[in-house]
Amino acid sequence: MNVLELQHLKKYYATHRAVDDISFSIPKGSIFGLLGPNGAGKTTLLRMITGIIYPDAGEVFFDGRPFDPHNDIQYIGYMPEERGLYKKMKVGEQAMYLAQLKGLSAKEARQKIDYWFNRFEITSWSNKKIEELSKGMQQKVQFISTVMHHPKLLILDEPFSGLDPINSQLIQDEIFQLAKGGTTIIFSTHRMEQVEEICDHIVLVNKGKKVLDGPVKQIRQDFKHHLYRISLESMPNPAQMATHHFTIVKQHENGYTVKINEYSKTNDILAHFLHHGIQITFFEEILPTIHEVFIQQVKTTDMEAVAAAVN
Amino acid sequence: MNKIWIIIKREFLTRVRKKSFIVTTLLLPVLFASMIVLPSLFINSDNDEKVAVIDDSGYFAGKLPDEKGIHYNFVEAKLDTFKKSYRDQGYTGLLHIPKMDINRLPAIVYYSKGQMPFSLRGSMEKRLESVIEDKRMEMAGIDKSKLEDIRADISIENLAGEAEKKGSSTVAYIVGWISGFLIYIVLLVFGMMVMRGVMEEKTNRIAEVMVSSVKPFQLMMGKIIGIAGVGLVQFIIWTAIIIGLRLLLLPLLGADTDVSAAGQMSANASGKFKEQMEFVINSIDWFSLLPLFLFYFLGGYLFYAALFAAVGSLVNEDPNDAQSLTFPITLPIIVAIIIMIQAVVKPTSPLAVWGSIIPFTSPVVMMARIPYGVPGTVPYWQLGLSMISLIAGFLATTWVAAKIYRTGILMYGKKVTLGEVGKWIFRKS
Repeated sequence: MNVLELQHLKKYYATHRAVDDISFSIPKGSIFGLLGPNGAGKTTLLRMITGIIYPDAGEVFFDGRPFDPHNDIQYIGYMPEERGLYKKMKVGEQAMYLAQLKGLSAKEARQKIDYWFNRFEITSWSNKKIEELSKGMQQKVQFISTVMHHPKLLILDEPFSGLDPINSQLIQDEIFQLAKGGTTIIFSTHRMEQVEEICDHIVLVNKGKKVLDGPVKQIRQDFKHHLYRISLESMPNPAQMATHHFTIVKQHENGYTVKINEYSKTNDILAHFLHHGIQITFFEEILPTIHEVFIQQVKTTDMEAVAAAVN
Repeated sequence: MNKIWIIIKREFLTRVRKKSFIVTTLLLPVLFASMIVLPSLFINSDNDEKVAVIDDSGYFAGKLPDEKGIHYNFVEAKLDTFKKSYRDQGYTGLLHIPKMDINRLPAIVYYSKGQMPFSLRGSMEKRLESVIEDKRMEMAGIDKSKLEDIRADISIENLAGEAEKKGSSTVAYIVGWISGFLIYIVLLVFGMMVMRGVMEEKTNRIAEVMVSSVKPFQLMMGKIIGIAGVGLVQFIIWTAIIIGLRLLLLPLLGADTDVSAAGQMSANASGKFKEQMEFVINSIDWFSLLPLFLFYFLGGYLFYAALFAAVGSLVNEDPNDAQSLTFPITLPIIVAIIIMIQAVVKPTSPLAVWGSIIPFTSPVVMMARIPYGVPGTVPYWQLGLSMISLIAGFLATTWVAAKIYRTGILMYGKKVTLGEVGKWIFRKS
């Protein structure tokens, strides 16, 4: 079942098409990466999903029903990239205020605040003003106020920026924990290594259009160049390397990067080396990182856009 | 609805709990009171003018009695020498009246260290003139007592309206001025407070978090109403302080001057003062003035607060933006105070009437007219029209402001033009 489904969403501004016919769906409990270069339309997309702005065309379905910002807003938690908290307000009061605005009663809010403040070990800050805290500390408070009302859909825009590795790990663990508990998470970032580490699914947008959509594993498979890395105990002499199964792309100190030829199987590569009596120490398929896919796809779509403009 | 209440509560409480709120609320009336009371305290004998008089004409001897703040002292001395020494003898000035023909007045000279105070010149000239006049009358054979019998002293008593209420245009003028000016201050101070609040939310990027929980309209109205609450509380406290001071000070004023020997006022004068105060208080119809003040205070505030909120939502980090953007809003408020200054003198002039009906200026201008009397000076139809257009006005400004605010609060980095803002207003949601 999909928690969120976007159908042909469009938002045009006077000068540009911020979101131009984007559709995708997000299954319940998944961690979903929304990727794209700056100005791709991510924030506009997120603002439509959070009901802050309305699409010009297209529909959003939340939990199987048409999205009703007025009611559904309380099931969504949104942490924008730029941190926003009242500087002069005390940490505890601030959390209380935001929780109540999400529809929690004062009593429920109290319980949640106690729970989360304990969990993040920040109970002692409760009476401090936000402006007295470091950036990382503010980030924690912001995260707590985003998840306090136990949203069905959690939207995190660059949640790790400004965090030290320890707090990064803390937030990351919480994200996994929440996903396990059934919360669906949309995760927007530029940091590709985190995407691979955290996300199940990704959508890549560029210039208002969807470029890619699918599970992380699938995408890496789809964009692979059929390359393999093989390490050997001793390097064979060049005469031994003639084969119709693969071509050498690069030679390393202790092995090769090879590209497998069409109709050949991985075992054919191994068989070749075994046949020559060379000891194999390591063999692995090289899949493109999401980072590489991202850059390649963004470049391709940019080129297409330029080509279209020229024509 | 519940959410807007939570916002109102926060906006109200964070401001009321601030030390600066408590301090200004309590100190401002004290400041005002001291501005009224202090000058009279500083008038003491140290500052009195001690005038030495050399009267060569002989007409003035014994005819220049001491008056408030001026003591005349006749001296027998030569002008040339005394001119140099009068200050050493404790005089602040030297008045020289030369020999004269009563019908052809010579120049009378006053020597002093600095420029002669304006008020001193006035009262001294008046005093000297009356002595000369008396002398001339005497010489013309006119009996002074007869002349005084002939002189008439008329003061017109004004009975206004069917109830023939005793009124005083002086009191109406002062009360009108103060109420109009108070409204003017309220519009600016609380309007700016709303604007700064919105700017804080925008520049700290709280707005984005907030509008993922509440509608922008709720956020805006919550702030406007919350700050209105702050204003109301301040208003109530000030009213209480004024009533308290009145109850406390009036009897005190009466008793105090009776016992103090150094007091300038005699018991008689203080009684007169008390009578005057009572006249001031009774000549104003407080039961219509206070509710109307409250109405125009709230109506005017709501009318402008929404506009200030819209401006706040347009400002980026640059505070200079705020200045140029607030100008179109502060301009009509300044126009209002200019009309008000006219209206308080001529409360039925067309400028005053229309100024008190058009909602951009009505809160300030109407408050200047109301003390002159409803329905005497301000007919019911004008009051009704003014009130209805103010209500319609603030509904309209709120509607327009909400449209601007909703877009403006999420816009960053880019400077907006008025044309774009115009488009936002007429765009459908």
